[in-house]
Amino acid sequence: MSRFSPYDNNGGSCVAIAGADYCVIASDTRMSTGYNILTRDHSKIYKLADKCILASSGFQADMKALQKLLAARHLIYQHQHNKQMSCPAMGQLLSNTLYYKRFFPYYTFNVLGGLDNEGKGCVYTYDAVGSYERVGYSAQGSGSVLIMPFLDNQLKSPSPLLLPAQV
Amino acid sequence: MFRNQYDTDVTTWSPAGRLFQVEYAMEAVKQGSAAIGLRSKTHVVLACVNKAQSELSSHQRKIFKVDDHIGVAIAGLTADGRVLSRYMRSECINYSFTYESPLPVGRLVVQLADKAQVCTQRSWKRPYGVGLLVAGLDESGAHLYYNCPSGNYFEYQAFAIGSRSQAAKTYLERRFESFNDSSRDELVKDALIAVRETLQGETLKSSICTVAVVGINEDGTNEPFHILDQDAVQKLIDAFEIVKEPATEAPAAAEPEGADGAGASDAAQDPPAPAAADEGAAPMEI
Repeated sequence: MSRFSPYDNNGGSCVAIAGADYCVIASDTRMSTGYNILTRDHSKIYKLADKCILASSGFQADMKALQKLLAARHLIYQHQHNKQMSCPAMGQLLSNTLYYKRFFPYYTFNVLGGLDNEGKGCVYTYDAVGSYERVGYSAQGSGSVLIMPFLDNQLKSPSPLLLPAQV
Repeated sequence: MFRNQYDTDVTTWSPAGRLFQVEYAMEAVKQGSAAIGLRSKTHVVLACVNKAQSELSSHQRKIFKVDDHIGVAIAGLTADGRVLSRYMRSECINYSFTYESPLPVGRLVVQLADKAQVCTQRSWKRPYGVGLLVAGLDESGAHLYYNCPSGNYFEYQAFAIGSRSQAAKTYLERRFESFNDSSRDELVKDALIAVRETLQGETLKSSICTVAVVGINEDGTNEPFHILDQDAVQKLIDAFEIVKEPATEAPAAAEPEGADGAGASDAAQDPPAPAAADEGAAPMEI
């Protein structure tokens, strides 16, 4: 008898690359379970604030729940501070939110992309329980192991503040 | 006012069947500066008088955005108003989170009214000293409600609360029958005229009043609740102030003709979008 699992992996990958005054965030749109495709047209990208976009892959139910929670928290922030959240602020909020469920985690592998307070591109990459780091580029999800080496080869630029080298 | 032996506590009835503490709370609303609301079939406008305590201080905030489709204007103890606005915002966020759709205005006002009623039936509490004009849009159309400290609420076509609101109410009573079919701009103009009525001769300037609108545009897109920019309000004031408000019918129609050409054509042809476009970057500009 196989035990009930509260998690499922709906597959897919996300990438984000930070530039001098821009950030590119991308994901595939396949949602699957096991070897079956559930849909070919489901975006993993969600705009949280004017300058902050979340791309997540993993368990779609947890992805959706996380997006809703962060959006609600953003609304509260706007009511309290009279402005939109910055990407670094959202980055910290996401980390705290993920760690909050340290002992029953959100099965989501996130990449947060946007512009920082100085207008420079920023990308934050996370694990499932909120460990995060600001980087120049990152990939998460099933394809990350294939994408990251490609980006490492093409971008050759670990510093988050430099424009990635031209392809 | 009344000094008697039945007004010490909100849980004491008077022999005439009145709760004096609740009535005193309603007095607090009457002492606050005026707030006015009017609605048409598609839009609701809130306007209020914003007097600063002194030249050195900032103006008291009396209009709050609760959600994209709901806003509230308060009169009375503004601190109580702020707390209730926070409650309303939180209710809207929680409802949207659970149901992925906007909280119907009628539901929100009932929750607010029930919250106010609790304070009229607990000996360790006091009634909220603030009246709220709740303006909102939902599937059943545009709505304007008035919530009182007593826990009662009523729906209105147009209403005014606060000090010297009777002057505004008199103006609104004359004109309310035409509001349902008014355009957004006519409604804003009527709101400004009603505010002017409460000023009793003082000049109406955009620095002492605040106007907010929520509605559905003719093309079906929503106009989310937002406070109009000061410059936009001043332009509208200038457009109708030049001709003194005629005592009888169609003051809104008469004024553009009589007013300065440029100002009038601006106001008359103002499509719904520009007021929102006038806004600065702050999304929750309150």
